[in-house]
Formats: sequence, C-alpha cells, structure tokens
Amino acid sequence: MSARLFVTRWLFAAGALALILLAAPRTVRAQQDPPYFVTYSSVLEEPGNLEIENQEIAAAPKNANAFFAPTVEFEYGVTAWWTTEAYLQGQSTQHDSTVFTGFRFENRFRPLPRDYWINPVLYVEYEDVNGADKSFLEITGNDSISNLAVPNSRLRKEVERSVEGKLILSSNAKGWDFSENIIGEKDVNENSPWEFGYAVAASRPLSLTAGSGPCIFCRQNLAAGAELFGGLGTRYHFGLQQTQHYAGPTIALNMPSDLSLKFSPEFGLDDNAAGVLWRFGASYEIQQFRDWFRRAR
Amino acid sequence: MKRFLLAPSLLASAALCFAAANGSWLRKVPAAESQRVNPFAGQPEAVAAGRSLFLENCARCHGAEAQGKGSRPPLRSDRIAHATDGDLAWMLKNGEVYKGMPRWAGLPEPERWQIVAYLRSLNNAPEVQP
Repeated sequence: MSARLFVTRWLFAAGALALILLAAPRTVRAQQDPPYFVTYSSVLEEPGNLEIENQEIAAAPKNANAFFAPTVEFEYGVTAWWTTEAYLQGQSTQHDSTVFTGFRFENRFRPLPRDYWINPVLYVEYEDVNGADKSFLEITGNDSISNLAVPNSRLRKEVERSVEGKLILSSNAKGWDFSENIIGEKDVNENSPWEFGYAVAASRPLSLTAGSGPCIFCRQNLAAGAELFGGLGTRYHFGLQQTQHYAGPTIALNMPSDLSLKFSPEFGLDDNAAGVLWRFGASYEIQQFRDWFRRAR
Repeated sequence: MKRFLLAPSLLASAALCFAAANGSWLRKVPAAESQRVNPFAGQPEAVAAGRSLFLENCARCHGAEAQGKGSRPPLRSDRIAHATDGDLAWMLKNGEVYKGMPRWAGLPEPERWQIVAYLRSLNNAPEVQP
C-alpha cells in the first residue's frame, strides 16, 4: 500500500465519521472555541461541561513511513477559571506497527477575573510519552521529522516524562480571536535542557450574528483561521534553526447538538518538517456533566 | 478530620453561591459599559436568534425558561429587569469567573447582544418575579 493511499484511507475514515455526525438534530449552534489544533486560546471549558475530542493526524513524510496518529482528549471545566484535561495517544505507521504512545495531563488557569484587551491563561502539563509519539500537539526543542524514520519498536523504548508550561495570550476584537502561546518543556527523567516552542493563530466566525432558524452549513456555524507553530530550540541552542515549523489554514464547523468538526492541512516550512500534516478533529460536549452525579433539584 | 473540613467548605460554598446570586456584580460594571445601547433592541428577529443562542449556551445552567437551577440564578427577575442592556452585555463578556459564571467573550459581540435582546424580552413579560 502506498503512503498516499495509507493517508487517504485514514482521511476517508475521518470523513465518514463526519457524515455520520451530520445526521444529528439541527438547532442553532454557537461555540466559543476557535478552530485551532495546536494553539490554545483563553477560552476555557464551561464549568461542569465535559468535552470529548478525537483528534487525528496523518502524514506521509518523504524519508519516513506514512503514519496516522489519533489522540483522544477529555476536557472538563472544574470552575470558570480552571480547566483540566487528559489525553491518550497512539499511532499507526505504515509497514511498521500500531502502538500506544502515552498520556498527558494538563491544567489551565485564568489568573484575571475580567476580560482585557489581552487575556493570559497559565498552562501546566505533565506528559508521559514514548519516542513513537507522532501527535504533533506542540513542537519544542530541536526536533526533526527524520527522527520518525526509526522503527516503532526502538522508539517505544525511549520514554520521556516531562513537565511543560505555556503562557497563553489571547485577544478578541471585532469577532477575531488572536492567540499566542509560548511553550517551555523540561524532561524530568533525564538530564536534558529546557526546550522551547511557540504557536500563534487567528480566526473568525464567518458570520458574527446568529439566525433564528435551524441550519447546519450556514455561515454562523463556520469559523476559519490560520495557525503557525514550531520549535524554538533549547536553552543552549535557542532560535528558529534546526527545528520544525508549520503553517496552514484551519476551518471548523460547530454543529448542532454540541458536535464540532475541524480540519486543517498544515504545511511544513523548512527541511526538518514533513510536507503536509493533515489534521481532523471531532468533538462532542456533554453539557453540565457534573449534574449527572448530583441529586435532581 | 473530614468532618472538621466539611463544615467550613460547605459554609464557603454557600457564601459563594449567595454572592453569585446577590447581584453584587452590578456594582462592578463601569458607567460607560452600563450605558451602552443594544443595537438589536426591539428587533423580533434578534430576540428569536437570542433565544436559540440562549437555549444552546445558557439553558443548561439557568434553565430552559431562565427560571434558574439550584444555585444558578433565575434570569427572569426584578434584578435583571432593572439592569441595563449594557450591564447584561458586560456580564456576558466578563462573567464572574470566581463565582461560577464563565466569560463569553469568545462569542462574537453581536451574538452577545442578541442574547441580551432575548433576556430583555423575558423580563419585559408580565410574569417577572421579584
């Protein structure tokens, strides 16, 4: 099976899932979440809500086997200023194997009570992932796509336990969201330097007002934008060289009944990056999940 | 030990719920924000769109008829009726994040005004509760 066919099959499967989800009941849908895959905005999960997201990435790099990597996310709004999230990750590589690659646990905190022209959110994450991780949830340090040309059996032996912090800055103006993330990551199980990365993005709903009638593919349910992200090297080799950078458009359909779909082709901007990362995400939000565990009032 | 901690926790929670529902947020609204005028005021289409947005985003906490749920306050009330459109728009944008109300600044401003138009229509109705 060719690499292109491998990627196409996984994307077809993701598209089929999208069509199934489109059969949902129809009402007006408005959602705050911008259509980003890597960049965080200052939007937190509403308190008591649980969002389950399946995020897929597929790529066929030139000098490595094609791969498909799903990540399942569980995002819960603990309070209006604190969101917690758990990730489970895996990947399947053509001519190789399918493996579980690890988990992440993250928390995001809003330190300021009001909305300002720029809104900070603090992000803290613990991750336990092995070297076979191909989720591209962020890029830090001096990373290269050629690192993935190694068989999964060897990559799995390298386990990385690290803590990661992000400063998330976000602004809203005239319907636009502008978000910037600065990332710092440190391995805790080996003596390696701090690694850094960045992500920036902007997006806007296609319509700023809601209609009163039910619809799915109307402009109010669509949001479009663009993302740029990559590594910034390490404490000793800080900079844009010898790492990967990607940029691409992104689009989301905030569907009726708490379903959302998003899609983005992200294009590698340097020789260390894969040509294109194809991303697809489907999420479902369970509103007031915590009420399931409360007595009826 | 658990009981020792439980009582203060319950008291603190009750105090927070009371603070969230007592309308103290109205005193925090800057005068300029309070005086803002809803560009959709009096437009039936905006009220209908606001209702749809309300049902999708707000009803799970405040109730489908805005009657309130548990510690989450009703939005058909004398307090809401006397708040200006600007007050309500400010609350939607900023929330009261330490008291449980999330901010909705991520929703486009016109959609927030549509929700305000709907809330105003609810509180102009004769059955508003004191």
